[in-house]
Amino acid sequence: MFAVFRDLIRYNAEFTIGLILVGIMVIFASLSFFAPMDPTLIYMAIPDQPPSAQYWFGTNSRGQDLFWQLSAAFKNSLIFGVTVAVLSRIISITVGLAAGYLGGWVDRVLMFINDIFVSVPIFPILVLFYFVLRNSMDSFTMALILACFGWPFDARLIRSVALGLKHREFTRHAVFAGMSTRKVLLEEHLPYVMPIVFSTFMNNMLWSIGMEVTLAVLGFTNINNPTIGTVLYWANSHSAMVVGVWWWIVIPVILIVMTFLGLFLLAVSMNEYIDPRSRLRRMGA
Amino acid sequence: MQGYLYFVAKRALLMLAVIFFGVSAMFLVTYLSPIDPVEQVLGRLSARSNLSPEAIASTREALTAMFGTGQPMLTQYFNFWTRLLQGDLGASLMAFPTPAMELVMRGMPWTLGLLLSSTILTFIIGNLMGGLAGYFQNNRFFKAFGIVTMGLQPIPYYIVAFIILIIFGFLWPVLPISGGFSMDVRPGWSWTFVFSVLQHSLLPAFSLVLVGLGGWFIGMRALVSNIVTEDYVTYAELAGVKRDTIVGAYVMRNALVPQVTALAMTIGGVFSGTIITEQVFNYPGMGSLLVDAVNAGDYSTVLAVCTVSITAVAFAIFVVDLLHPLLDPRVRAE
Repeated sequence: MFAVFRDLIRYNAEFTIGLILVGIMVIFASLSFFAPMDPTLIYMAIPDQPPSAQYWFGTNSRGQDLFWQLSAAFKNSLIFGVTVAVLSRIISITVGLAAGYLGGWVDRVLMFINDIFVSVPIFPILVLFYFVLRNSMDSFTMALILACFGWPFDARLIRSVALGLKHREFTRHAVFAGMSTRKVLLEEHLPYVMPIVFSTFMNNMLWSIGMEVTLAVLGFTNINNPTIGTVLYWANSHSAMVVGVWWWIVIPVILIVMTFLGLFLLAVSMNEYIDPRSRLRRMGA
Repeated sequence: MQGYLYFVAKRALLMLAVIFFGVSAMFLVTYLSPIDPVEQVLGRLSARSNLSPEAIASTREALTAMFGTGQPMLTQYFNFWTRLLQGDLGASLMAFPTPAMELVMRGMPWTLGLLLSSTILTFIIGNLMGGLAGYFQNNRFFKAFGIVTMGLQPIPYYIVAFIILIIFGFLWPVLPISGGFSMDVRPGWSWTFVFSVLQHSLLPAFSLVLVGLGGWFIGMRALVSNIVTEDYVTYAELAGVKRDTIVGAYVMRNALVPQVTALAMTIGGVFSGTIITEQVFNYPGMGSLLVDAVNAGDYSTVLAVCTVSITAVAFAIFVVDLLHPLLDPRVRAE
């Protein structure tokens, strides 16, 4: 495991950059555990102060220190992304492995359901959820809803690997040795799909955090809970760009771009690691 | 021919299933929600004006009849479908008494235009550049292009649209950043109107294309760089086939098949992006309508936008799927 990481860092600049970017953001986000004030409170600092030695990222028009505000926002958003990714990974592993191994009508039914989930446009449905739930729409409810829609692409990927594993010798050995189907899937096949699970984990986080930003910016979430999206929502509702509080917009956008680039580079480089052909090309073989 | 018909039937079944599932999910969400649409609308109405108790009671009755609440679930579900099939989702509350469907149909051409033009542009540019980058792997220009598009690809639609808005709205105001056409132009089939519409659609379409390019580029480059190593390509090169023919007819043509399948799968996501982009650029399509309707608490319009968008996306996927056999003769022969 460690050797894999060492090789990736040595030969793959994308992985190293991604790791550094995500590392910075995770450290920044976990700083919020030591925050001197509750990030949901307003008018705790002088409003509209530009970045300075005292307020590193400045303060916003609601009298919040942007450094601690953003730190809490990134913590919440990253936790949200991880929650969605973990939940949807569970669904996609189950569906993918079952469809690939069992085959036949199970496969056909599962893939039909899969196709339906791929095709349904999620955004209107999310807005509908907000419309009927209003203030009961907290971030965990939203994570659950997103997890229900975030699995189909990855389930198909996992299925395609599981299809190949089904006819390998060791599967037949396991079956003849009397292993139950559940055990074959969990103990024999799961390790083979783990690299895909890791790389799609990042992609899924990107997708879910992006969805959260989108909904929050429109004001369709609990806007008092600091997340990446709600910071931008408040900046917009105070017309930050027009009144000249540019740091309220520019700093979050830079941090968001850093986070997304970092996660994306990690996902891409892991993908490359899974496909040995492109790895060989990179190492010059 | 029979294989083709079988394929079409299968895809049509999928389309109907998507619509059925999406609409049923919508019904369930609204049915199971703890909030009664009738009370919600009443709350909004009585907040603005003083209504007598009798007026409230009769409004409640009328609204209950309109939404069809208070009946058993299956009856409501059945009624919901009947009304949908008739294309009647009740009057909108924002623009009473205009039917909600009419509002949606007014926004539809804008959204469709934006979605179609940006999807087609993205698909063509992304695949062409990706294919060339996969074939000429050491070309500096394609490498740089790849880095830029890959860097843009993971960033959410909203952020990209927002950055473009800031650049072209505050730093370098050359293009209109808001609305579907200029205020002083009368809608109609005149040159000034068409020009104004095109001018206003540039920035929204540009931001959609920017986000979308990366995915196609990466996918096509990977596909082509694998196909290039195949024996038949080496054989064609040795036989002295022209390079253009190899790239266009042998390599890209084969790589295009999985990309068209992928196109069908991305339409739903691009549609969500279109809705956001419209909101950022204040474009008069279905996305802006949806946001306005939610903010106004307009139950019928929200439902109408959701139904129409699910149906439209399912239909678009069906159409793209129909293109598939034209590119891949194996599907026809199956």
